[in-house]
Amino acid sequence: MICKIFMLKRLSMPCWPGIRQQMLKFEKVSKRYDETGEVLTDINFQLKPGEIAFLTGHSGAGKSTLLKLIGVMERCSHGNIWLDGENLCTAKHRQLPFIRRKMGFIYQDYKLLQDRTVFDNVALPLVIAGFPHYEIVRKVRAALDKVSLTGKERKYPFALSGGEQQRVGIARAIVNRPPIIIADEPTGNLDPELALEIMKLFVSFQQVGVTVLIATHDISLIGKMNHRVLKLSCGKLVSG
Amino acid sequence: MKRRKQTREVNYVPPVRHEIRQTRRAGGDFSDRLNAYRDAHVFALFSSLGRLVRSPFSSLMTIAVLTIAIVIAAGFQLLVFNLQQLSGDLEATAQISLYLKDKVSDAEARKLADTISQNPDVSQVMVISKDEALAEFKLHGGFGEAIDALSNNPLPAVITVLPAGHVKNKGKLTQLQQTLQQIESVDVAQMDTLWVERLRAIIAVAEQGLGMVNILLGFAVLFISGNTIRQELHGRRQEVVIAKLVGATDGFIQRPFLYTGFWFGFISGVLAWFVVTIIMLLLWQSVEAVSRLYGGGFHLLFFSVADTFKLIGISAALGVLASWAVLWHQLRFTVPE
Repeated sequence: MICKIFMLKRLSMPCWPGIRQQMLKFEKVSKRYDETGEVLTDINFQLKPGEIAFLTGHSGAGKSTLLKLIGVMERCSHGNIWLDGENLCTAKHRQLPFIRRKMGFIYQDYKLLQDRTVFDNVALPLVIAGFPHYEIVRKVRAALDKVSLTGKERKYPFALSGGEQQRVGIARAIVNRPPIIIADEPTGNLDPELALEIMKLFVSFQQVGVTVLIATHDISLIGKMNHRVLKLSCGKLVSG
Repeated sequence: MKRRKQTREVNYVPPVRHEIRQTRRAGGDFSDRLNAYRDAHVFALFSSLGRLVRSPFSSLMTIAVLTIAIVIAAGFQLLVFNLQQLSGDLEATAQISLYLKDKVSDAEARKLADTISQNPDVSQVMVISKDEALAEFKLHGGFGEAIDALSNNPLPAVITVLPAGHVKNKGKLTQLQQTLQQIESVDVAQMDTLWVERLRAIIAVAEQGLGMVNILLGFAVLFISGNTIRQELHGRRQEVVIAKLVGATDGFIQRPFLYTGFWFGFISGVLAWFVVTIIMLLLWQSVEAVSRLYGGGFHLLFFSVADTFKLIGISAALGVLASWAVLWHQLRFTVPE
């Protein structure tokens, strides 16, 4: 246990935006599956702390694979991925939980626990990280306030609308104040108005120094936002 | 001055002690973390119990099977304990039969019996005269007609000697037997311990069998609880995956499942104790009745306090071990998607 605490402290020291040159860096990254062949080929890009970027491409272009590599749900076949100074490709199995605590993941299907209240869902990352109870309450309230869901702590996810569920997912991603937020099609199930609202939320995170990477194929939305766009095509990065 | 007071009233926020204690992003100092760790364990302990209660049917099925396995193992163990006690008792009540020489008359036999009963190592002496021996032989031996054909009584008079309570071990018994053998009118002094030795041998076999049965049933408990934990892990896969995605260690994910295994073992152990005790209580009356017929030296043994703790402890440990083994294997292959 003491060992765990040390590891936790080492990996979760405050990361000041600006100290590191890159928050996320892909270095000649390739991913090959035995069944389907090479899905990603020679990907090179970097995101600075506090940068916001969209990741686009047709379905099958390798967006999901790229996000899986960042979340270390898959390991890359070649190259290096650096996240906040840690090499994800060489990280050991037991280090992965502590690396994942630095990222806030947001999913198209929200991935909420349906049998837990909104509060419990948002509190999960903090409970896992071993925060004391009073701090959990304070941080969850702050996160729910940020996504305008104050007062819905006791509700269950199924009682909420799609937009609200997505915002619960966002609150869960930001509650631990990770230096980077990664969103996979966060607006896929929402109407354009709600989608724009959510996007504005992401921009507000970026403004406080959080790096944001959003995978989406909603071209019109990207056009409105006017931010950096990483475009994938057939496993290659064609722009960005 | 007045203005300052007003602002304080309007914007007054009660001081939050905890806010001051918070030292860094990762949350609180060492004691805070320790408390959070303890809270997580207590929460896992009770939430896993809550889960068992929420799915009563499947929990009951598993607990019933586990209980049966533990009852068989514990019942067999108790049976062997009782047999061991029985063999100890029987040795103490072993008797020595003195077959007297043919020329010794019944009157002389009675006189001899009186002399023997003076010995402090002897508790009771019984004389079976030649005629009594013959009558008994006719009645139980099945040789009635053959004996009738004999002209004189071939059976010797017998003095049955019951050793005193303090003559318990085999050495002292043998010593007593040799003393009695040296009496002139005694032909043979025979100690009836052969059947006790046979019983001992049977108990030794039972003990060996017990070891093997216990190992087998231990494995049965492991596999049953392991399989149940595997199913539960499968049912809660989504939860496991989400927990992994937000940075849960394997230890965190394992915790509630380990406690589920603990509860399975613990509850089954407690139930098994009750079942075995109830069975023993049902047998108690009849065993006591049999024991009275044999002089009342034997009393049914129940689980002692130490045995009870051992039984429940081993059951709970097996439950935890089973779930740990399953989780160790499964969590490596549960990759978040």
